[in-house]
Amino acid sequence: MDWSILLDKTILIVIIFVISLAIAAYSTYGERKVAAFLQDRIGPDRAGPFGLLQPLADGLKFFLKEEIIPTASDKFLFIIGPCIFMMTALMTSAIIPWGMPLHFGSHVFSLQVADLNVGILYLLAVVSIGGYGIMIGGWSSNNKFALLGALRASSQMISYELSMGMAIIALLLLSQSLSIREIVDMQQGFHWNVFYQPVGFLIFLICAFAECNRAPFDLPESESELVGGYHTEYSSMKLGLFLFAEYINMFISSAIISCLFFGGYHFPGIDSLGLSPNWAAIVSIIVLFAKIFFFIFFFMWVRWTVPRFRYDQLMRLGWKILIPLSILNVLATGAWLTFFK
Amino acid sequence: MSQLIFFILSAMTIASALVVVFSKHPMYSVLSLVVCFFTIAGHYILLNAQFLAITHIIVYAGAIMVLFLFVVMLLNLNRESEPHKPGKMKFAATISAGMLFLILIAAMKSTTMETFSFPPPSTNGMIQHVGQRLFTDYLLPFEISSILFLSAMIGAVVLAKKEKH
Amino acid sequence: MQLTNRSKVINKKKLNWVESLYLPAIFSGMIITIKHFFKKAATTRYPEEKRYIAPVYRGVHVLKRNDKGQENCTACGLCAVSCPAEAITIVAAERQKGEEHLYKKEKYAAMYEINMLRCIFCGICEEACPEDSIYLTDRILPSNYQRNNFIYGKDLLVEGIKPEERIDIGVRKKHYEMNEKPRV
Repeated sequence: MDWSILLDKTILIVIIFVISLAIAAYSTYGERKVAAFLQDRIGPDRAGPFGLLQPLADGLKFFLKEEIIPTASDKFLFIIGPCIFMMTALMTSAIIPWGMPLHFGSHVFSLQVADLNVGILYLLAVVSIGGYGIMIGGWSSNNKFALLGALRASSQMISYELSMGMAIIALLLLSQSLSIREIVDMQQGFHWNVFYQPVGFLIFLICAFAECNRAPFDLPESESELVGGYHTEYSSMKLGLFLFAEYINMFISSAIISCLFFGGYHFPGIDSLGLSPNWAAIVSIIVLFAKIFFFIFFFMWVRWTVPRFRYDQLMRLGWKILIPLSILNVLATGAWLTFFK
Repeated sequence: MSQLIFFILSAMTIASALVVVFSKHPMYSVLSLVVCFFTIAGHYILLNAQFLAITHIIVYAGAIMVLFLFVVMLLNLNRESEPHKPGKMKFAATISAGMLFLILIAAMKSTTMETFSFPPPSTNGMIQHVGQRLFTDYLLPFEISSILFLSAMIGAVVLAKKEKH
Repeated sequence: MQLTNRSKVINKKKLNWVESLYLPAIFSGMIITIKHFFKKAATTRYPEEKRYIAPVYRGVHVLKRNDKGQENCTACGLCAVSCPAEAITIVAAERQKGEEHLYKKEKYAAMYEINMLRCIFCGICEEACPEDSIYLTDRILPSNYQRNNFIYGKDLLVEGIKPEERIDIGVRKKHYEMNEKPRV
């Protein structure tokens, strides 16, 4: 094994971790600000200028809070639950191409941790094990609300994984590749997949909302009926890990949506600027992050617009509408590719 | 390097498999089975069969074990509530386990212990090759197994439907 | 009977196919929320930024002193009688020798309590007062955890003697000059 590759990847992983955590922290601030603006309020503005130090204050508060582990809980699983949730949230970032490769002399620094040839399947695998953290955490709390939240979370995740996979299959029929970098590079110019797969995009978006446990599908933690859902019994930084991991999930799924359907780090006219490779790479990173931030905003925007679904509505939407729709989408894409291409 | 990874993975596989059997608590059994599946997926990756590894995780760890966990969580199987098994059942279990062990020993006896060597990295496990083989040489078994799944699904729907009186 | 045209009859008809997709409704809802995104905030940064309080605003009461620092209140009890919520309790006492600098007349209120939970801030006590003593100010009644803390005694109601401790009711007086304080 080449040691320089190992060094490259380590640097990249550390940078991605730091960026994900920072973005997750500032997403909490962003969420509160967006919520405030959408409701004609001002939002947090006490800590620092415009309240910009609020995430630091929140994080500090989490660390200083008393750590409570219920006596009737399963201590080992209670501690490991949030860790698994956080780990799976961060793991997905490994396959996202963050930009064009940077060139240092003859050394090429790829901005993707692992260009797996089964990249999208890796994504599905990590998403499918993401439910374990919630389930373990909810079960080990030994609390009825937590257990109900955990059950809701896992059944919701299983239900929506199916249509998510189907939406991706239709996309794969077009792109003929499972590697995310190849899918992104196919969308060069303005050939974004969203124009070729609008239905698939819609299904994927809805499923992303459900997989992130975001409103309108935030039933696992619906505070008005289940207190806090699966994290009812959690306190201190373990609660912080759960909340943080949710924002990281949101960040990563925004990145995946922009990579799969919105051209990733490409934007129309990037080649006509005549930039040197390194500058083009930096511009591509900025473009990708602009898309990601738009989708994070979109997630928040939807959260503060749409009321929560009822549980039977959630299941009906998942099994009776989205799955048939996604199968039809796959068939239609296949038929189009066979007869018109 | 890969030898070292292989030994670590093997040790983890065996250890987690043992925990599955010996753990008193069904929750820990299920979770260590998940760990076991992950380590087996690691072995697949060592053999350069990435597609197999990922599908293994998606299907077993991501879908089937979640359902197992679901059942364990709902039934609330505690150590105290575990039913005491009758002696006859224990006897039958011992006999069948012993027979399985005998078969394993017989199978192991006929193998010859060779020096451990890694197979040269092949691309057989890559998704293109798997797909090509599945849809050319093994098309019939592939389609038959998909029909099997379909019938299983229909059976589940029929079972789940309420009987009309 | 229909009183206004604003009432809406609830229509529980089944959703048609387009409506059952929820998407048009969600889309129109999102347009509404994004419009609010660019609107001016309806709230203020409270301790720094205070809202305009109208001169007719009736807040927490004050018992005034005159220019010499004597309490105006003579414990005549008109305020307590006129109070529709019966929130005021007064115990009168006679002024002793050496207390002339504290009280304006020979009789004064030894105890003057307003139960702020009973008070409806109607301002009739202020209109009933013949001695220019009780006034409602623009101060907001602070919240509290205990009920008995809402019974304000003289310690909270009477303003201080020093000029900087006086409570300004100029706006209120101007309001009465314009509208002539009604006499009961």
